[in-house]
Amino acid sequence: MTLRSKRTGKGLPLGGSLTPAGRNEYAELFIGNERYCQNISWWGTGLDKVNIQVEEGSIQALVGENGAGKSTLMNVLSGIYPYGTYEGQILYHGQECHFNTIRDSEKEGIVIIHQELALIPYLSVMENIFLGNEQASRGIINWEKCRLEAMKLMERVGLKELPDTPVNKLGVGKQQLIEIAKALSKHVKLLILDEPTASLNDDDSEKLLNLILELRAKWGMTAIIISHKLNEVTRIADKITVIRDGKSIETLVKGKDEFTEERIIKGMVGREITDRYPARVNCPIGEVCLEVKDWCVYSPYIADRLVVDHVNFKVRRGEVVGIAGLMGAGRTELAMSLFGKSYGRNINGTIIKDGKSIQLNCVSDAIKNGIAYVTEDRKGQGLILIQSIRENTTLPTLDKLSSGGVISKEREIDVAGQYMKKLHIKAPGIYQKTKNLSGGNQQKVMLARWIYADPDVLILDEPTRGIDVGAKYEIYCIINELAQQGKSVIVISSELPEVLGISDRIYVMNEGRFVGELSKKEASQENIMRCIMQSNDKKTAEPGGGKNHECGE
Amino acid sequence: MSAENSTGTKAAPKLPSSALSKMSFLSVAIHDYAMFIALIVIAIFLQICTDGVLLAPINISKLVMQNSYILILAIGMLPCILTGDIDLSVGSVLAVVGAIAGTMIVSMKMSVPVTVIVCLLVGLLIGAWQGFWISFIRVPSFIVTLAGMLIFRGATMIILDGNTLSPFPASYQFVAQKFLQDIPLFAAIPYSTMLIGVLIAAVGVYMVVHSYRQKLKYGIPAGSQWALIVKCALIVFVSLFATYWLTKFKGMPIILLLLGVLIVIYSFVCNKTVLGRHIYALGGNERATQLSGVKTKWVRFLVFVNMGLMAAVAGLVFSARLNCAAPSAGTSFELDAIAACYIGGASATGGVGTIIGAIVGGLVMGVLNNGMSILGIGIDWQQGIKGMVLLLAVAFDIYNQSKK
Repeated sequence: MTLRSKRTGKGLPLGGSLTPAGRNEYAELFIGNERYCQNISWWGTGLDKVNIQVEEGSIQALVGENGAGKSTLMNVLSGIYPYGTYEGQILYHGQECHFNTIRDSEKEGIVIIHQELALIPYLSVMENIFLGNEQASRGIINWEKCRLEAMKLMERVGLKELPDTPVNKLGVGKQQLIEIAKALSKHVKLLILDEPTASLNDDDSEKLLNLILELRAKWGMTAIIISHKLNEVTRIADKITVIRDGKSIETLVKGKDEFTEERIIKGMVGREITDRYPARVNCPIGEVCLEVKDWCVYSPYIADRLVVDHVNFKVRRGEVVGIAGLMGAGRTELAMSLFGKSYGRNINGTIIKDGKSIQLNCVSDAIKNGIAYVTEDRKGQGLILIQSIRENTTLPTLDKLSSGGVISKEREIDVAGQYMKKLHIKAPGIYQKTKNLSGGNQQKVMLARWIYADPDVLILDEPTRGIDVGAKYEIYCIINELAQQGKSVIVISSELPEVLGISDRIYVMNEGRFVGELSKKEASQENIMRCIMQSNDKKTAEPGGGKNHECGE
Repeated sequence: MSAENSTGTKAAPKLPSSALSKMSFLSVAIHDYAMFIALIVIAIFLQICTDGVLLAPINISKLVMQNSYILILAIGMLPCILTGDIDLSVGSVLAVVGAIAGTMIVSMKMSVPVTVIVCLLVGLLIGAWQGFWISFIRVPSFIVTLAGMLIFRGATMIILDGNTLSPFPASYQFVAQKFLQDIPLFAAIPYSTMLIGVLIAAVGVYMVVHSYRQKLKYGIPAGSQWALIVKCALIVFVSLFATYWLTKFKGMPIILLLLGVLIVIYSFVCNKTVLGRHIYALGGNERATQLSGVKTKWVRFLVFVNMGLMAAVAGLVFSARLNCAAPSAGTSFELDAIAACYIGGASATGGVGTIIGAIVGGLVMGVLNNGMSILGIGIDWQQGIKGMVLLLAVAFDIYNQSKK
């Protein structure tokens, strides 16, 4: 095979996403003789090639930092980037493929499931399964056949809902299963999953991964999984390919190479991270900064549903407090309701800041009182993607940078530049639009925004979701620095190792209640899960009961 | 981005090839000033077709006066579109304000200043009314203003009782029909129009140089000094020539002065103030803006109050220009104003657009209208051609964006 680089001219925006159109990316995909064997070569910024071999009936994982080119690769393979926008060939069973649309690749049994699910919320499960592939003759849908087929597919993925249920009535985990059912309806032979478990809780993730294993065992399905969750990858993959800066660094084979998270991380960042969570030094914990008492929040959608149920907690200066819990435990709802009642109805309770009881009726009240909240949904609720780093950094703090309502452009540029340097935001300049940044850099812009607001209490909601190991480490360092400055940091995270790694104290939340408080010493994954399980048991034993339970000791 | 930087204070670009920088300069020019260039091309084309009638001094004055109220509406419409909303009621609001003015002055013989103040207050009130439903009750702006379109058209007919009121006194028509020389103070100064041209040139050059210096100071790609000089020369030439050209007829129309002041104020608000930034942010991502402590409801409310005010100003200008208050005044003006914003590069989803862009968009349509009228092309064809221009302009914009 001969490989040439066509990449010339302009450099890629640092940390930006790669798209082949007009950028002359170079990709070659070979699929070997008798077996599925894909050999993908793609020229990124470097001159090495990416090599991936997928054997029939195996599960192949792709790992790498954001912007490494994993998704681009998969988009080429599935025909989203059509034949001709890249150079090279896709060989499938020894035959070259010219995929111009997704349909072409789907005809061959290659189906991709994206990170953002492509379901229509108001349509039913069966309508979604057969979307674009309707069970129709001469354009008229045969609903009976549709229902029968849908039920068969749903059984295969373990969905017990009625096929008429609207998709928006189901949780994300089940929606992910519908995506798989949809793929099965297209007679999938090679399933590509782009971060399938990123928005799932542990329980749903487990189910999904088991399903993939089952489909492989029963039907001989091949799968390529892109994931940041290394524990899952090591569990289910047969082979793991590490991609870095558009180069394939190495491929690890189960049973042959060392198959551990540490080993993969080493490949991903190019060095060994001895400590994934940097230690905090010189960080004395001071007096109580924020105390919340009997905090209750009702759901804005469902009347009488308590989403936050009599929560009590406190944070001290210089302390990092973690809030652990499963997805849907009410952690985000708690944080948002504290942040100027940005979520929920009938909010009740007391907030005491520095010994004084305060009322926060809107976000600007919260900011004035030194509380900041960095959302978990940085694209949807955090950044203004069409605006630049500069504008995003200063949005809540324009008052500081203006006089008489007129913004001082010089000072604004100065501030944005300073924070870009301070937080190591990788971008060509402060005029870069935030939609062109990678997840890690977007998160850093969010942090820059709120650090500049100079709060006393910083609530970080899933601060490292969907970002790569290197950027995670940097964010942990930033958190440490904030704590050292005497700020109180509250970290909400679904990743237990992260909560354990960075918190001084951990609250465990389940179904709207705080069900445990663990000091750094007594905190462990087992103890946190025990708190959650015990509270579930108690709830079934004495329904409606329960405030904060102490456990763990 | 490969902007050249001949002074080379900051990171030297790796692509010094002059061919390349010229290319990128051209592409930047096409990208940023596409509609402006299109306006000039259209004007030149029609100038040739009409044997020099289009850009004759008398016709320029006419062009400005004819389009002034659409441009004023476009200035008010742009913030609405920036927040991701739309206002369909402005044509009817314009009519109702004209009707009130007509009733007060023609029927009730009230004084002009009182009428103008009342009319502006009515505009603010109507804006507040619509803003209330849109921001606080959260009824989509499309529906609120569609209702407003019907409500205020009905109100116009009720107020006028189906009649057309005229004539207005000269003092009322002053803004829309007179020229700078008609003001005694300015009449005493020879070449007062030219003096304004000099003023504009001076301010323009100062602003361009200032922004260039700022860019250099903060290491932002600023383009070469040559580009700066060319830009300044262009500003001086255009402003002086334009004012000189106007003096060849009756000098500067007063409405042009008003328009200029509005453009400067609103551009300033949009670009330099906290409020402006909040408007853009709201259009870019409402939830994110809200979670940054911006009182998004009040921002949106203000935008609609302002739209009401601009509609009232346009109503006064329109009735003064036509010298009558008619029940059918301003029909479909809202569509012209919206089209001006979109042609000028505003995004239908909000967050993108400029005042200058909206003005250029409005002028593109105005020049087309006027040129085609001179050529004797019927209203039927004019409509179709304007529609095509709107479609192509927006398509070009989207294509341009996706290429980037």
